[in-house]
Amino acid sequence: MTDDKTTPSNSKLRFLVPLIIFGALAGLLLFGLGQDPREVPSPLVGKAAPEFKLPDLLDPSRTVSNADLDGQISLINVWASWCNACRAEHGILMELAGRDDFQIIGLNWKDDKTDATTVIRMTGNPYKRIAHDPDNEYGIDWGIYGAPETFVVDRQGIIRHKHIGPIDPPTWERVLAPLIEKLNAEQPGKES
Amino acid sequence: MALLTASLMSFLVLATSASAFTLDEFKFDTPGQEEEFRDLISKLRCLVCQNESLEGSQAELAQDLREEVYGMMREGQSKEEILVFLTDRYGDFVLYDPPLKPSTYVLWFGPFVLIGIAAFFMVRSLMRSRGGAPSTLSESEQQRLQQLLNTQAGSEDKSA
Repeated sequence: MTDDKTTPSNSKLRFLVPLIIFGALAGLLLFGLGQDPREVPSPLVGKAAPEFKLPDLLDPSRTVSNADLDGQISLINVWASWCNACRAEHGILMELAGRDDFQIIGLNWKDDKTDATTVIRMTGNPYKRIAHDPDNEYGIDWGIYGAPETFVVDRQGIIRHKHIGPIDPPTWERVLAPLIEKLNAEQPGKES
Repeated sequence: MALLTASLMSFLVLATSASAFTLDEFKFDTPGQEEEFRDLISKLRCLVCQNESLEGSQAELAQDLREEVYGMMREGQSKEEILVFLTDRYGDFVLYDPPLKPSTYVLWFGPFVLIGIAAFFMVRSLMRSRGGAPSTLSESEQQRLQQLLNTQAGSEDKSA
């Protein structure tokens, strides 16, 4: 490129290049600002759900384990009585409890049994089963670092998605509902 | 933001009401082992208070993870095994030092690439400006300049 015969369009382009580079960088940083640093992507997505075996919160004579996930699409919802955001999503879970194309399993995490039972009794139980893990016995295996967190597990027992924080209507409509629909189309369950 | 403040506030309240965690409960046979333990947990990020390491965080989860790391060390597992165990479950985010792999190349090399590109253009423009004759305007540019000056002069009485 010789510079002594710059056409107007060429020189205009030369001034545009830094602007474009700046714009790209600014865009990248702006995108970064929109990310929530508290949402840590789970490396478990796409892998088999970790083994767990815990007493049932409401029926200590029985256990809740991976066997309860077999052949079902499950939302595994990590919750606790001390968790405010869990209360915020409780209503939507109650609404979803009636659906028969997936089940909701609760994982009561680092919680006192009496407190947890009281919350369920007072506000209603959206869960098919509730695994009670007061001492974080399985939380580390599942990569849990707070409540609420929700895993979507398919019929093969593979974790397909993890949602961090409470499920609000937009999350349900835009992320979880389409995913469950997709999983149902992928592997139709037994007609009930 | 309000949520963040609220959670921070509740954390502070919880932190003051619960007794503080210390590292005293983790007993080792040799000072070397203890040093290794402290070194390891200082390299791990607490996922609750994300700018704290497991060594200093008072979050309950950090204590659970410290106990886990301690237990694994007592079982004789190596540093690498413990780090793999945690990254398998929580991702690279638990490491303060992001590993070098294709997904982090941009992170590691991006700044140097940018500096390199900038240096290349700077050197090039410096080489050019040295000894280059002052550039004269072409015919069309002269006309454009005249035009601009004219409109400038013309618009002055209108701008009042």
